[in-house]
Amino acid sequence: MGIIHIAVLLPLLFALIIPILYRFYKRIHLGWFVLPVPVILFIYFLTYIQNIMSGQSIEKTAKWMPQIGMNFAVHLDGLSFLFTLLITGIGALVVLYSIGYLSQKEQLGNFYCYLLLFMGAMLGVVLSDNLMVLYLFWELTSFSSFLLISYWREKKASLYGAQKSMLITVFGGLCLLGGFILLALAGKTLSVSELIANADKIHNSPTFIMAMVLVIIGAMSKSAQFPFYIWLPDAMEAPTPVSAYLHSATMVKAGIYLIARVTPIFAISQGFIWAVTAFGLVTLFWGSLNATKQQDLKGILAFSTVSQLGMIMSMLGIGAVSYHFQGDESQLYLAAYTAAIFHLINHATFKGALFMITGAVDHACGTRDITKLGGLVTIMPISFTLSIITALSMAGVPPFNGFLSKESFLESMIHVTQAPLFSLNTIGLLIPIAAILGSVFTFVYSIRFVGSIFLGSYKPDKLPNTPHEESWLMLLSPTILSILVIGFGLFPNILSKPIIEPAANAISHSDKAHAEFHLFHGFTPAFFSTLFIYVLGILLILTFHRWVGKLHKHPERFMLNNWYDQIGRYTPFYSTKLTRTYMTGFIRNNLVIIFSMLILITAVTLIFVDFSLDFEKVSSVRTFEAITVVMITIASIMIVFARSRLFSIIMLSAVGYSVAIFFIFFNAPDLALTQFVVETISTALFLLCFYHLPNLSRYNEDRSFKVVNALISIGVGAVVTILGLIAYGNKHFPSIAEFYQKHVYDLAEGKNMVNVILVDFRGTDTLFESSVLGIAGLGIYTLIRLRAKHKNGYERIERNEQPEE
Amino acid sequence: MEILMIFVCGILTSISVYLILSKSLIRIVIGTTLLSHAANLFLITMGSLRDGAVPIYDKHTSDYVDPIPQALILTAIVISFAVTAFFLVLAFRSYKELGTDNVEKMKGVPQDDD
Repeated sequence: MGIIHIAVLLPLLFALIIPILYRFYKRIHLGWFVLPVPVILFIYFLTYIQNIMSGQSIEKTAKWMPQIGMNFAVHLDGLSFLFTLLITGIGALVVLYSIGYLSQKEQLGNFYCYLLLFMGAMLGVVLSDNLMVLYLFWELTSFSSFLLISYWREKKASLYGAQKSMLITVFGGLCLLGGFILLALAGKTLSVSELIANADKIHNSPTFIMAMVLVIIGAMSKSAQFPFYIWLPDAMEAPTPVSAYLHSATMVKAGIYLIARVTPIFAISQGFIWAVTAFGLVTLFWGSLNATKQQDLKGILAFSTVSQLGMIMSMLGIGAVSYHFQGDESQLYLAAYTAAIFHLINHATFKGALFMITGAVDHACGTRDITKLGGLVTIMPISFTLSIITALSMAGVPPFNGFLSKESFLESMIHVTQAPLFSLNTIGLLIPIAAILGSVFTFVYSIRFVGSIFLGSYKPDKLPNTPHEESWLMLLSPTILSILVIGFGLFPNILSKPIIEPAANAISHSDKAHAEFHLFHGFTPAFFSTLFIYVLGILLILTFHRWVGKLHKHPERFMLNNWYDQIGRYTPFYSTKLTRTYMTGFIRNNLVIIFSMLILITAVTLIFVDFSLDFEKVSSVRTFEAITVVMITIASIMIVFARSRLFSIIMLSAVGYSVAIFFIFFNAPDLALTQFVVETISTALFLLCFYHLPNLSRYNEDRSFKVVNALISIGVGAVVTILGLIAYGNKHFPSIAEFYQKHVYDLAEGKNMVNVILVDFRGTDTLFESSVLGIAGLGIYTLIRLRAKHKNGYERIERNEQPEE
Repeated sequence: MEILMIFVCGILTSISVYLILSKSLIRIVIGTTLLSHAANLFLITMGSLRDGAVPIYDKHTSDYVDPIPQALILTAIVISFAVTAFFLVLAFRSYKELGTDNVEKMKGVPQDDD
């Protein structure tokens, strides 16, 4: 257990102290206590920068459950390094922002506890080298995200959003678990780095494709890719710092991290390249298209996140093509990785800032509805400046960082169509088209985002609050992020050596990745596509009101949300319906099912299993016995047809005494004695009770009821008979009774074998049989004596129930 | 004889199943009692009938009936008696409380769905 393990667990440990701090230090905002945690972690992880730059990776293992190969193994390479910096860095800024955003009246203890849980879980996801531990942290992120989304528990929409995100991400998480197990079976290890080293062997495994599909589903659902993106817009009910942290910078990138992490294992398959690219591009296009029509600021940002994640995902897909080439040609596709990593960083910066500004606007004006906002440019000048920087970066306008990554994105998208591989050069032509169209809409909603808040006419009468510029505390974090946006835009190469190249090398498993970003690099196709995007984007903004209405019109039943809701509605409906078909509450129904299954299972077994009947040792039938057989048969049949209770009791005792007679015939004197006595007592009991019971009533058993009963009972009787005949006809070994017969006298000093067995050889049975008798006696006593109390209790229940009806 | 006894057990079983499937609580109690008779007879039949002397030790005989099924049945008789007695009193009490012995009417009181 090294310091790095403690670093991963530090937020989790600190979350334990939060309730104590919250209770005893009420006067200081709890966020100030939390703030040092991400800051310290950020500085701690920065100290690894030398190792990462020189291409080293840090590995430390702490034993947890070594017997099943589950150890807390930490692996810090370029990719993990990038993510740890994102998580702790943005985490620190979000905590800082939340100090301004959340008032002391909120349940701050819960908030910071959940947030720290999430931070620790996320660090665990990106640093784990063990599949199972990774999965554990993965589910912990889903869980803490669920808690954070439902932070305002009294709002119905938060609960809905939290439930939805929980269901979808846990569905994906379980798929991921399946994929991990299959991977571990194929590679015979749980360690990710060993799996990557043995990637060649895994490709030939029969579980390879299945594992790949399941892992991709898991990653897609976490990263809100099409068609799993639907949880993200609803997760916007969370407090804005949560949206900024989880739903733009970190958690939604867990899926991206995972895809990047497993790329060395799966990239050999063209299914992987196509699935990741295609899903990413569909998400990019669909998310950006939907973002244009949102009325809610956070809705715009949610769909924009979805679309940007799709963009990063598609670049990861294109980058995987590099595994199929050598040398310079491979280098061209590696550029997609550097672009993806760069955009990942950029997106975290500008999207985090945009969310924070949205939160500030919401805080100041009391609404996030773009139809009510407008003309705030003079009222909130700092927010305006920050949002114009970040929104232009999102739109891909120079000189901000979004422009650089978007240029590289377009470049690799255009370039990949030339790859003579996997029909990328034919059907692959759709890739740049989708990418460019997606970028056009991105441009449109980014500009509209700024325009609708700050430009246009000021509508003070529609705003719930009087707008004002927010405190420096809330503006500090977005300001830092905006400075980063400009900084990375103007000097992108400060990132390339220490962060982007090691991360790209970790994905591609080479040391050749080379990251270089320029504001202008000649009249390439990417340059012209960017120009095209700007022109078409501006045209679309100018004609916005003419076409946006058509987007709203497309029918409800094609919406994925609608499908999700329908599934949520109909699954319980139909499962209730299904359960009600057999859980009717009538005991007879259950008995019919049990008996029919008995018949069915026996019949099926008899059909498929060979059996023989052979009777060697059968004793002859004596006259007395034949008479008793006839008697018992008649008596039992009479019970069925009996109309009075007395008659049926007498017939029942006739059967019982016949059984006793049989015991005499079969050389069982003790049994006969007991049977006679018990039968007499039971008859007396029956008579005693039946005096108080009503006369036999059939309760209008109709013909079909009787026929079904008769069929089932004949079937069960047949089962018993057939099985009895088979069992009797196939005796495989002699009885162990010989021992008892020989030693009953010399070992146990008794002559009556049955009695000796009961009290000596197998005395325990007798002990507990007596206890059964005792318990039954007590039970009967209780039933009769505790009547009065029971009656009152029963009435009380009835009284309580009446008002509900 | 054994084959005949197996058929008798089959008949007893089917009659008791028929009774257990009916609506009246009394008939169900009778059915369970009948079923335990069938089971006891079945047990003794499977241990071979009458191929030896009464299982009481005697120096001069060496061939006895198998005593183990008899011991098992003795235990079973007592247990089924206890259960029958309890069941009877339960039927009696539930008739007093609920006013019916029709099991179709004995549905769970709390309806949680509507």
